[in-house]
Amino acid sequence: MPITKREVEKIAELAHLELTEEEKEQFTVQLAAIIAYVEKLNELDTTDVPPMAHAGRDERADYAQRDDVVGEGLGSELALANAPDPARGYFRVPKVIEEG
Amino acid sequence: MAKREEYEAVIGLEIHAQLKTRSKIFCSCSTQFGDAPNQNTCPVCLGLPGALPVLNREAVRMAAKAALALGCRINRVSVFSRKNYFYPDLPKGYQISQYDQPFSEHGEVEIDTAERDERGRPLAWRRKRFRIRRLHLEEDAGKSIHDGMPDSDRASYIEFNRSGVPLIEIVSEPDFRSSWEAYDYMQYLRQALQYVDVCEGNMEEGNLRCDANVSVRRRGTATLGTKVELKNLNSFRFLQRALEYEINRQIEVLETGGEIVQETRLWSEAEGRTYVMRSKEEAHDYRYFPEPDLPPLVVSEEWIEEIRRELPELPNHRKWRFMEQYGLSIEDAATLTSTRALADYYESVVRETGDPRTSANWILSELMGLAKAAGIEPFASPVTPTKLAGLIRLIAEGTISGKIAKTVLEEMFRTGQPAETIVRERGLVQITDAAHLEAVIRRVLEANAAYVEQYRAGKEKLFGYFVGQVMRETQGRANPQLVNDLLRKLLMGG
Ligand SMILES: [Zn+2]
Repeated sequence: MPITKREVEKIAELAHLELTEEEKEQFTVQLAAIIAYVEKLNELDTTDVPPMAHAGRDERADYAQRDDVVGEGLGSELALANAPDPARGYFRVPKVIEEG
Repeated sequence: MAKREEYEAVIGLEIHAQLKTRSKIFCSCSTQFGDAPNQNTCPVCLGLPGALPVLNREAVRMAAKAALALGCRINRVSVFSRKNYFYPDLPKGYQISQYDQPFSEHGEVEIDTAERDERGRPLAWRRKRFRIRRLHLEEDAGKSIHDGMPDSDRASYIEFNRSGVPLIEIVSEPDFRSSWEAYDYMQYLRQALQYVDVCEGNMEEGNLRCDANVSVRRRGTATLGTKVELKNLNSFRFLQRALEYEINRQIEVLETGGEIVQETRLWSEAEGRTYVMRSKEEAHDYRYFPEPDLPPLVVSEEWIEEIRRELPELPNHRKWRFMEQYGLSIEDAATLTSTRALADYYESVVRETGDPRTSANWILSELMGLAKAAGIEPFASPVTPTKLAGLIRLIAEGTISGKIAKTVLEEMFRTGQPAETIVRERGLVQITDAAHLEAVIRRVLEANAAYVEQYRAGKEKLFGYFVGQVMRETQGRANPQLVNDLLRKLLMGG
């Protein structure tokens, strides 16, 4: 898949990143190189290999699950300790106008 | 609108139901509603760096109960995925959900549905099947507060008690052809989730939420129209009204030569209309990918079958059985099966009285009236099924009249005493002694000699007056049938 400047702009927008023109050019080249490298994997024949969602895939049912027991959390004071602008027990952020 | 009949609506629903686990889906924070803001939080549900999710097995179990209750097939292996988007109440920048390998799929429910007249009364009930595309597990986001604070014009407030609460998202196929079909389905879903005990179903507290996709097309055409997404349908009434409004709006647009725009609209109950939600120009691109911090969710066939065996009789089947077995109307059966506890209560009463019709009447008209006035559920009142059956037995045996029984029930409701005790202590036993009653009636007739004359001269509606007087004399304890017979005899003969 060839990477164009348009792709880079879209990815940057989705990531809320503002890139300069030079950065866009630079990342287009770099991303294209990374994709080309990963595409080497397509040279392998994977006809009989089922898709793998996770490296640690384990076929056991109930694997790595926890019981429904309430534990000690941080509590609101500690949760807000590093918040830049807490107020009334909440995280306060600049007004959000967009929904969803 | 004459044109209305030429169109049909195509509606699909996405319902989010909060599972009633004690702790969150990927961490051990409490799911308690109404605690102080940010009280129930930890590094996992705050999205702090390095925190790792671990799946709550009870959430999986509850999702399975819901899936089986809705006829879904549970996938032996499902995969959690990250749904990426930016919003302040989503601390990780992604929601852990399921995408291309969901927990369960291909469900179907068969339910009763009816169009309603302008006063909301059901017209003809009919059974219809609605398909469910998928039911998957995901986590809830936090809560944003945009209004009501002193600086709400320039700040939003965020709290994360809800972040990481387990949800199931239930996506229907676009099988609904009217707002009432969608309404009846939503009601059924809530009821089924309550029957299998996995969701409180309280829309006010937000543990059941609904979005809809709506389009309209000319009847008889197979192609789908452009669909509009409706959000904010957070009560049954809103859902029905918003769908109705949106269907009419789309028909109006098409009829005036316009085009439907694919967009998201919000329902405003205050204004009684939908309006376009402000949104980004670019379409959402969630860039789903498998969640690397969670292994695939694997379940065994034996486990699925174990859960299937634990399922209770589901509300639709129980309703239909009540209609068939007890000869109840669809409305009465629906009310009595509205919750599992009420249906159990009713069946306990029937087991003791052997009289399904009378038992239903006493619960539906009297007990539910008292419970409603007291603000409690009928099955939670001090009148246990055995006690209500005791009251019904006293009526059947002729010990008390139906009228007195109402007074006795009120007393039972207040004090929790058995009917027998109340009747005995308050001397409410019905007078069925004909000689005794005849004496009372003679006294009444003598005291009302003028009316007796008028009655005999043809003013027959005075009969009710005499009955009333006899009842007054006996504090309502006289057997009504006997009073009627004796009165008639004495008035005729003298
Ligand atoms: Zn937590």
